[in-house]
Amino acid sequence: MTEETKTINHDEYLDPLKMAELVPGCMSELHSFEAKPEHQEKLGYPGGLVDDWHDKAIDKMGDLVSKYKGLRVFLDSCVKCGACADKCHYGMGTGDPKNMPVARQDLFRSVYRRYFTTAGKYLPKLVGARDLTEDVLDEWYNYFHQCSQCRRCSVYCPYGIDTAEISMAAREILDTVGKGQKYCNEIIGKVHELGNNLGLPDKALRATLEDFEEDLEEETGLEIKLPLDVKGADILLVTPSADFFAEPHIDGLLGYAKVFHEAGATWTLSTTASEAANFGMFIGSYENMRKVSLRIRKAAEELGVKRIIFGECGHAWRVAYSFLNTLAGPFDFLDRRYPVPQHICEYTWDLIERDIIKFDKSKNDEYRLTFHDSCNVARASRMGDKPGGQFDIPRNILKAACNHYFDMEEDTIKEATVCCGGGGGLLTDDLMDLRKKGASPRMKALSNVRKEHGVTHMAAICAICKSQFAKVMPGYDFEIDSILSVHQMVSNAIILTGAIDPVEDDDDDEIPAAAPDAAATT
Amino acid sequence: MLTIFYAVLFYVATLTFVGGLALRIYQYATTPAPLKIPTTPGPTTRTGVVFRMFREVAFFESLFKSNKWIWVFSALFHAGLLLVVLRHLRYFTQPVWFWVELIQPIGIYAGFAMLIGLIGLFIRRIVVAMVRYISSPSDYLMLLLLIFIGISGAMMKFVSPVDVVAVKQFFLGLMVFDWKPLPSDFPLLVHLSLVALLMIIFPFSKLLHAPGIFFSPTRYQVDNPREKRHIVAWAADLEK
Repeated sequence: MTEETKTINHDEYLDPLKMAELVPGCMSELHSFEAKPEHQEKLGYPGGLVDDWHDKAIDKMGDLVSKYKGLRVFLDSCVKCGACADKCHYGMGTGDPKNMPVARQDLFRSVYRRYFTTAGKYLPKLVGARDLTEDVLDEWYNYFHQCSQCRRCSVYCPYGIDTAEISMAAREILDTVGKGQKYCNEIIGKVHELGNNLGLPDKALRATLEDFEEDLEEETGLEIKLPLDVKGADILLVTPSADFFAEPHIDGLLGYAKVFHEAGATWTLSTTASEAANFGMFIGSYENMRKVSLRIRKAAEELGVKRIIFGECGHAWRVAYSFLNTLAGPFDFLDRRYPVPQHICEYTWDLIERDIIKFDKSKNDEYRLTFHDSCNVARASRMGDKPGGQFDIPRNILKAACNHYFDMEEDTIKEATVCCGGGGGLLTDDLMDLRKKGASPRMKALSNVRKEHGVTHMAAICAICKSQFAKVMPGYDFEIDSILSVHQMVSNAIILTGAIDPVEDDDDDEIPAAAPDAAATT
Repeated sequence: MLTIFYAVLFYVATLTFVGGLALRIYQYATTPAPLKIPTTPGPTTRTGVVFRMFREVAFFESLFKSNKWIWVFSALFHAGLLLVVLRHLRYFTQPVWFWVELIQPIGIYAGFAMLIGLIGLFIRRIVVAMVRYISSPSDYLMLLLLIFIGISGAMMKFVSPVDVVAVKQFFLGLMVFDWKPLPSDFPLLVHLSLVALLMIIFPFSKLLHAPGIFFSPTRYQVDNPREKRHIVAWAADLEK
């Protein structure tokens, strides 16, 4: 099955959205590592499958259905029309019919019907209802960890059914009965403990930032700061921890620093909120998501900042934009002339519009760029004050900083964007097969735009996207560094007042290989 | 005997339909939606949401984006059904409302449109492997039920006409609990039985998509989470 991914031929036009031939069960064995007791217990979940898992799971299902309108309505409303069937990148890439959104939902819906609907209680066969067994639980585990919660299906569903919501509910039930996923739960534990997904302690963070400051001074001759825990700064920057130590993320971070510097803003990072990602969403846990969010509020209060800005991070921006005010608001102590929170792209674009920062676009002439809309930014958030700002603002920034920009096909970008294949808690090596296959629609669209316009690089504003692409691109015959941060382009081309001409020394710049998966966040 | 059976059947069906649906709607309306999850880009105002919902309900906007075949068949079916139902209002109103009178001729074509749509959906369900995979017996049966309602209705119009005046008197009578005899033509009895069955299963089946769409957070929510804090009771309790 994976062989198809290797044989991408960049000379011919490929249909990015072509559904692989249906092969029932072909992904049924893919079982990412389960969480160990210590990962589970840190989040308040049982360490292993509990004895009364059946009843506990059904109780939890009832509880969730009564607490989440979306879940209840989505479970009742599906008419099995098939509108979503060919819309999931994992379906397209694997051909496993259970990776069709409706079939994925039905793994859950069939159980809901059995225990919570009249028809399913008395006529289970007729309506496709089934008992919850240990096999079903395993099937949930496998297939609900093959959903990146990207919401592409929800765009096409006539009732707006969002498989992500069902995925989250299923994962929360699995956690509740003691069957959590290692990747997500271990990371959430680290955030609770140390403030970021990587488990990076404050000393290491401080040292890293100092190194960056030295690099920047060498490059520009200016004292461009990356402040940490500075009380009284105007802006708290919350960014994915991958920005601190993996390429191409770091270059994005340096881009933010230059923007802040040129704008004359006072800003700071925080050790306790040194992570934008909120994996609480991936596991559908309101409580965990809230706890992770509250530490950002606390950091903002303690540092006495006036604004909160989020770095390039996809699912993080969803939680920040859509949920932060709910989870950790109200933010009356911040300067309400600015949206809370703001995206770094909103901030930068505003400065560009006001002519406060300017670019020497020729600095990016070696790049022929396209932009990958990250799923959760595209379909679960906004930038600016108009719907669709999340598409326009990053593109506007890229066009302001580069001379050569080309979009990919219309049905693979903006609200129709295809996920990178690693979102929603799937960016782990034990799911590599799925990640490669799930990336195939995007890789095909990229191949087409490369053929048509000679595109060399793709920019993104999500740490998961960047890590995932850096990992899977070589398999599709793209260079590992074809994926860039948007603010990397900003960083290359921004005109800094008083800067020296950069010395050309690209031969001794060693670029670290792709981000390790634990680094990847968002 | 026949009259009594059908009279009781329609009371039961109506009660189940109205009561069941009311209960569902109450459930949907009162279940909290703790988080803002509109599919974006989405409207940033209430008015915008009304327009979005209107486009969704009247034109099946999302379905149109998805798949033109499903869209054509379901548009034919739903628009056809709507006109057919409106046409049937003449059995429940005396004098017949002006506009109901007006749509009578269109209603006949609508009946065919509805059948074409349903048959198209049925064929898709069998022919398209992906859709066949996700279909349960109830999904086929639901379409067959609607198809037979349409066929039995068309038969009364084109093959063996029934005494529509008597049928109308039966229904007008039902509404004031004054039972009038129901004609015993076979197509009529089939038609009425299936309609009653449809009404009874409505609140227990996927037909709940009809009220469901209005309560779907990805469609009805306003995209304004930064401007306005959204918090429901159970979530607010966590803050205490």
